[in-house]
This record gives sequence, C-alpha cells and structure tokens, in this order.
Amino acid sequence: MDLKLKIWRQTGPDVEGKFVHYPVHNISKDASFLEMMDILNEELVANGEEPVAFDHDCREGICGMCSLFINGHAHGPDDSITTCQLHMRKFKDGETIVIEPWRARPFPIIKDLMVDRSAFDLIIQAGGYVSINTGGVPDANAIPIKKENADLAMDAAACIGCGACVAACKNASAMLFVSAKVSQFALLPQGKIEAKQRVENMVAKMDDLGFGNCTNTYACEAECPKDISVANIARMNREFLAAKVS
Amino acid sequence: MTKLDSKVPSGPIAEKWTNYKAHQNLVNPANKRKIDVIIVGTGLAGGAAAASLSELGFNVKVFCIQDSPRRAHSIAAQGGINAAKNYPNDGDSIYRLFYDTVKGGDYRAREANVYRLAEVSNNIIDQCVAQGVPFAREYGGLLDNRSFGGALVSRTFYARGQTGQQLLLGAYSALSKEINKGAVKMYTRREMMDIVKIDGKARGIIVRDLVTGKLERHGAHAVLLATGGYGNVFFLSTNAMTSNGSAAWKAYKRGAYFADPSFVQIHPTCIPVHGDYQSKLTLMSESLRNDGRIWVPKKKVDAQKIQKGELSPVKIPEEDRDYYLERRYPAFGNLVPRDVASRAAKERCDEGYGVGNTGLAVYLDFKDAINRLGKNVIEARYGNLFQMYEKIVDENPYETPMMIYPAIHYTMGGTWVDYELQSTIPGLFVGGEANFSDHGANRLGASALMQGLSDGYFVLPYTMQNYLADQINVPHLATDSAEFEQTEKDVQDIIDRLFVVKGNKTVDSFHKRLGLIMWDYVGMARNKEGLEKAIVEIKELRKEFWGNVNVPGEKTGMNVELEKALRLVDFLELGELMARDALDRNESCGGHFREEYKTEEGEAMRDDENYMYVSAWEYKGDDQEPVLHKEPLVYENIEVKQRNYKTA
Ligand SMILES: Cc1cc2nc3c(=O)[nH]c(=O)nc-3n(C[C@H](O)[C@H](O)[C@H](O)COP(=O)(O)OP(=O)(O)OC[C@H]3O[C@@H](n4cnc5c(N)ncnc54)[C@H](O)[C@@H]3O)c2cc1C
Ligand code: SF4
Ligand code: FES
Repeated sequence: MDLKLKIWRQTGPDVEGKFVHYPVHNISKDASFLEMMDILNEELVANGEEPVAFDHDCREGICGMCSLFINGHAHGPDDSITTCQLHMRKFKDGETIVIEPWRARPFPIIKDLMVDRSAFDLIIQAGGYVSINTGGVPDANAIPIKKENADLAMDAAACIGCGACVAACKNASAMLFVSAKVSQFALLPQGKIEAKQRVENMVAKMDDLGFGNCTNTYACEAECPKDISVANIARMNREFLAAKVS
Repeated sequence: MTKLDSKVPSGPIAEKWTNYKAHQNLVNPANKRKIDVIIVGTGLAGGAAAASLSELGFNVKVFCIQDSPRRAHSIAAQGGINAAKNYPNDGDSIYRLFYDTVKGGDYRAREANVYRLAEVSNNIIDQCVAQGVPFAREYGGLLDNRSFGGALVSRTFYARGQTGQQLLLGAYSALSKEINKGAVKMYTRREMMDIVKIDGKARGIIVRDLVTGKLERHGAHAVLLATGGYGNVFFLSTNAMTSNGSAAWKAYKRGAYFADPSFVQIHPTCIPVHGDYQSKLTLMSESLRNDGRIWVPKKKVDAQKIQKGELSPVKIPEEDRDYYLERRYPAFGNLVPRDVASRAAKERCDEGYGVGNTGLAVYLDFKDAINRLGKNVIEARYGNLFQMYEKIVDENPYETPMMIYPAIHYTMGGTWVDYELQSTIPGLFVGGEANFSDHGANRLGASALMQGLSDGYFVLPYTMQNYLADQINVPHLATDSAEFEQTEKDVQDIIDRLFVVKGNKTVDSFHKRLGLIMWDYVGMARNKEGLEKAIVEIKELRKEFWGNVNVPGEKTGMNVELEKALRLVDFLELGELMARDALDRNESCGGHFREEYKTEEGEAMRDDENYMYVSAWEYKGDDQEPVLHKEPLVYENIEVKQRNYKTA
C-alpha cells in the first residue's frame, strides 16, 4: 500500500513542534504499524535525516511503552489493542494517516512522539502496593479468595500503564488508571488492610500532578487497549467515600 | 590459569543453603546505611533485589532503559511460574523440581544452584500472593496449576496469559514502596555503558542518560547486573526491542568470565516469520501445548498444496495428519521440552512437510480440545493469546489451526557466577537471565520467572550481604578518581568513533545481517564447518560496520540510532564468542545441537566424558583469542542419564 503520513515532529521539550508530511510506499498490509514506522525511519536515516522518535519495546501489547495518537484515536482505530499490535490491514491504500504524541499536560513531550509518563510512577509510589517486606509471609493457600473476586482483580490488574486513558480524556484525567490499581487491591484480602490510606494518597497525588477531573465521558474506557472498565472508577469512588467517612 | 571456584558449600545438598545462611556474614543495621549498592535492571531479578536490599537498609540506586521500571522485559512472560508446592497432590516435591530442571537442562547445570532454586520456589509464590498478585484460582478459592513441558506434574502457577506482567508488577510495587520511602533512588531512561573497577573490585558504573545523551558516573560498594538475556543477537527473537547483551559484554571485557555463551533456547511455539521488514517475533505461550496438538500433513502433496494456498488444513482427514510429537515421544507427547519440540518441527519442515506459504510452519490445533471442553473453556484459558494471534495473522484460531515455528527466545548462557551469584570480578553480582544460571543447556518452561525472583528476593539479599560485610569501612565511593575518569573516556571514545564513520548503511541493516549469520550457523542446528564460517563472516561484518555504518543525529539529546548502534557494537563481538563456544563443544546437549553428534534416530548425543563442564571464557584483548576455563560439573544427587521423553 502507499500512504501519506502526517507526523508531529518536535526536537525537544521546550521547542515548538509541527506536522511534517512523509509519503511511504509499498507497505505490506500484513506489516504492523510500528514496522511501517521502522520502514519510514530506515528511509530517513538512509537519506541522512533524523528518524522519528517514538516509544516502543515489547511490541506485543504488554509493556505499555508504545503510545501514538493515530487519526484522532489513542492507539489507533482498532479496538482493544495497543499501537504495536495494530496492523496496516486496518488502513486503506492511499490513506492519509495523522500521527501525534499523547497530548496531556502531565505528560510533557520529550521528542517527536515520545512523552514523559513518569507521573504514573509517582502515583503508584504514593500507595499502589501492599506494605509488606520480603519474607515472613503466610502460605499462599492460607487465605482462600473467591474466584470471582480474583478474576475481577485480574481484570483490573491487566492495566499496562500506557496512558491512553489520559490522552483520550478532554480533562486529562487519570481516573481509569488509578482506579484500576485501587480496585485490584480493594478486591483482595491482602490489599484491604491499607485500603483507606491507599485511595486517599493515590488520589491526592493524582490531583497534585495536574491530572484533570473525571466528568464521566467514558472516552478512557473506549480507548483503553486492555478494556479496563469504568466500573473500576465507580468502585474507587465508593472506596474514596468510605475512606472519607471513616 | 585461574581456577574457577564455584564456592558451593559443603554438606548434603538439602542442607547447603540452610547452612550457608546460618554461617554467612551479616551487616549490622547501622552500618547498612553506610553502604551503597547499584542495581542495573528492573526486571524480576533486579526489581526484586532492589526492593529486598532496600528493605534491609542498604542505599540502593537502580537503573533501567525504559521510561519506567514496570516495563522491563519480564513483563512479556505469558505462561507461568513453577514451584514445588504440590498443591494438586500429584507427586511433586523439591527433589522432583530439582531433578526435572537438571534433566531438562541436559545435565549441564550446577547441581547445588538448581537445588536451591527448587527449595526457594515455594517462598516465591507465598511472597507474590502476599503482594496481591492475582494468580488464577479454582472455585474453592485456592490457587490453580497447569502443566508445562518437561514435567509430569502440574506445578505451574499463572495469571491468565500475563504471568510475567503480574509478577513484575508485584516486584515493581515493592520497589515503588521503597522509592516512596526515599530508600531507593530510581534512574529511568538510563543505559549502563561500562563497569568501573578500582583495585580489581567493581565500584561503579558509567551510564548514558538517554534523554540528554550525557554520560554520568555512579559509585557503590557493589554492583548487581540484572540486565536480562542477549537473544537479540539474532535480530529476530521474542525479546523486547531494547533487550541487549551490552552490560554482560562490558563485564566480560572488564574481566568477568562469560559462561556457555552458545546455549540459547529456541522456543517451539512462535508465530512464523512473515516478511523481511519484520522487527520481532511473537511468542505463543507454551501453555498452549497443554491443549493444542501439533501436526503436519502425512503426505507431502498435501503440504505442497497448503503452501500454495490450494488446500485448507481443516479439510485434511484425521488419518492423513502426522501428530509427530505424539508419534515420536509417546510418554510426553506434545509436552516434550522446548529443544526437542523445536528440532522436531525443523526436521519435518526440512523434509518438506511444513505448512504456511513459506513451508516453515507446523500446526497447533485446538479442535479436539474445543470438542472435549467447549469453546468457552478454551477461551477462558487462552483468550488473550488467541486474540493476539488473530491480530497478527488475520486468521481465527478457533476455526483454523494456529501456525507456529521455532524462534530464539532465551539465553541460558551469561556471565559466569559462583554459588553466591558473584562473577569473577569481586563485588560484581549477576542475577536473572543475565547470569549463566541454573538451566544448563536448556531451560524448562516457567522456570525463568522462578529463577529471576529466586535470585532477586531470596538469594542475592543474602549473598551480597555476605560480601558487603567486608566493606563497611570503605567510605562512599567518590567518582572523581582516575578509574572513573578513564572508564568514562573509554565510553566516550566509542561514541565518538561511531560518529566519525559517516558511512551509508543503517544500523539495522547490519543487525539483520548478523542475525542471519547467527540463525544459519549458530542457531537450531550447528556444525563445525558452519561455525568456522560464522566466525569469519562475523569478523568481516564487524569490519564493514566500523567502516560503513551511518549514525545520524547528535551526541547530545535523544538519539535512538546511536543507542541501537552501541548495542550492536557489542552484539557483533558477542556473536563471535557464541560461535567459538559452540565450536568447542563437540557434542549435542539441550539447545546446542551439533549435527555431527546425534543418535541414529536423530536425537541429541551428549558426551559426558569430555564435555560435562561449564565453559567460562576469559577476555584477553580485542585482537587476542579468548581463553577457555572449564568448571567441571559433578552430579552426586542425581543419576546422569541420556534424556528420554519416549517412556516415562
Ligand atoms: C515473550 C516471552 C515470554 C516468556 N514467558 C515466560 C514464562 O511464561 N515463564 C518463564 O518462566 N519465563 C518466560 N520467559 C522468560 C523470562 O521472561 C525472562 O527470562 C525473565 O523475565 C528475565 O528477567 P530478568 O529480570 O533477568 O531481565 P529482564 O526482565 O529482561 O530485565 C532486564 C532489565 O535490565 C535493564 N537493562 C538491560 N540492559 C541495560 C543497560 N545496559 N543499562 C541499564 N539497564 C539495562 C532493562 O531496562 C530491564 O529493566 C519469557 C520470555 C519472553 C521473551
Ligand atoms: S487504564 Fe487502560 S488506557 Fe489507562 S493506562 Fe491502563 S491500560 Fe492504558
Ligand atoms: S511496545 Fe509494548 S505495549 Fe506496545
């Protein structure tokens, strides 16, 4: 296929960026989107130009490193997958594809399509764990857990921390990401003990870092590559209220 | 010649680790605060070690390439983690896990290390559950298990098809807790470029800030490398794009011996290669072999029609299918170890029975399992894997059998370490996939996660402390010494040289060529002639690289091409050592298959008399041959046999 790419280029965090047009030719429909980007970059390098910087690592949809806002959608037009799992067969020959970085104040641009998502790490550091040390823990089967709850916890724990929810939200809210972690622990007996401090600390940190409010548009759920449900946000709000009244 | 001292404690095997811990040196709490530890890597091994050492009170500095410690390559592990819990009551025990691992590794692993691994495996599961890792559970609320290749018991714990992710997020949460306390200082988007040695001891590292391009110096009383495996030397592998061999290679060039470099694992169930633009290969978890049956057509004409797209596999009647693993290995069937399954697939394809348009694929069929258990059960077990397959191949595996082919997956080789996981450089420890470890010549499924967490949570916090107990009088390391100065200059020189070349070929074009040499001659089947050729060709490629590579952009700021070039510089040297090691080993064992050494039935033929050793290579200089040291392997607790998966 032949495609017209319109890509955001920005040399560093504090400089102006702009769209640059690049045509690419003879792309196989079986190539992945990032392989298409590799082909473009090989051409740019061969012509002595700087390749387009973008984040990626596992290319299997699990590390959460890849991002990209493609034709107005976080992780592109296909549902329930990350950019690295997107394949060119989802596009039409001759199509123009607009490729932008995540745009959200708490995720400043580093270069081109790469952004700094360390704010997510800071939120986890504020409470996304069970405060136990290595060793001295009970046998793994000492506390049975209802399969249903374990499954729901796993659904929430599947979040890959990619930030698409923030990028998709007009308020740049991180509620889906935070609620996924809060829910995972709220559903497990191991996490219950610190539930109150956890939700308070994580929400406070989220607000501190400049993420916006949730106004229930559910754009986050629609773009989340791991189908994290907004039911987690409701659960977190319940946890938060419970923490406030107790 | 230095004698390799594995420092295995004396006494009966089941008591060695307990005795070690009872007699090792400890550091008192007040002194721990005076001691700095550097950890490179935040995968299972590095993440777990960082959290645990920090909890003990040491000052810990941690480094990783990705933008967050949560993204280390361990995140991609799918299938599961082994432990000898024997919850299913099917006859498992510490001894049996130990036995299976040594046997699976084709008797090329150090007995005492493997025993310790089996011993602490149960603690790992307890620890992870306490952290809130949502392992799969049964309706009664207890943990569920599945089977993996090379075992007759169900001992694998899992979290859907995302076990690595959940275990890593567990370690990451523990690490985050320590960062929040201020006890760990985390450095992301940093790549270690070299190790600094002072008076023969590892005392620090030089890192490159990948965002600014600046070199930084960091000093410490001890350094731990947990930098993962070097499978990307083959260009195409199931490893993440930034997985590399540089840290281990730099350690080698500073004096740490490199062990068994040629031992790589080729995983039997990966999605076949589809085009020359391809950047990586995708693994389909081995757990699929629990329910999928592997076959190719019995008749060559059928295979040819399938290759041309004239015949669909679902049209081939049962009697015309060759379930070759079940035929050749009746006791283990589709659950033979990875090396055996990979070679059997290659054998059928080489004979012309392969499927897919390249003929380099075999079927993994779920038809029988779906008929027996129902589609929803299969979906619950493997749903995300089926979805991943469909996204990539554009075929529905519930209806058409999956196509798979072997691919490079894991490196058993790595930095040589003793029982304490210390390299031949004092103060330099190595954990996880980066060390040559516990898997001998072949790793069993679900054992890498076990080893990474065992090293990180339960071994290194003890053994590093034993070393550090000696260091309490050494002040915090200043980084303005001549040694830091010189090492930083060495790194800067390589970067400068890369920019001087200004050639006209891209970094990846060289990497792809290296990958092809490695796959053809140092891959699934090797022989003397091919290996000798590989050594010559890699040398030539290296020369061409240094004469014609094009690294665009600047030395400062983010420069992805430079990062790739720096990793390739090391792969171009490491590849040669791998070929040399494979050439030295005139036998077939585990993943190392030398075509000259096989039985009449085509099975690997070991030579225990001459090759029952760990090869440990010593660097002698760029223009000199490395020197081979041998650590003899002694088996006192297990009877050494020819591996047999035909009968139980
Ligand atoms: C697709 C796939 C599936 C797998 N499935 C399973 C499974 O089901 N069960 C199982 O047991 N095993 C599995 N494995 C193997 C297992 O995942 C790995 O062996 C294991 O996770 C390695 O962990 P690690 O901690 O040693 O290294 P990694 O997780 O690879 O981490 C390496 C770390 O080092 C850092 N690093 C590397 N070089 C540098 C440098 N120069 N400077 C700074 N930082 C550096 C990286 O940033 C990263 O943080 C699988 C592997 C793959 C590829
Ligand atoms: S909730 Fe979904 S979109 Fe948001 S970070 Fe997690 S996986 Fe990404
Ligand atoms: S590159 Fe890892 S999720 Fe896309």
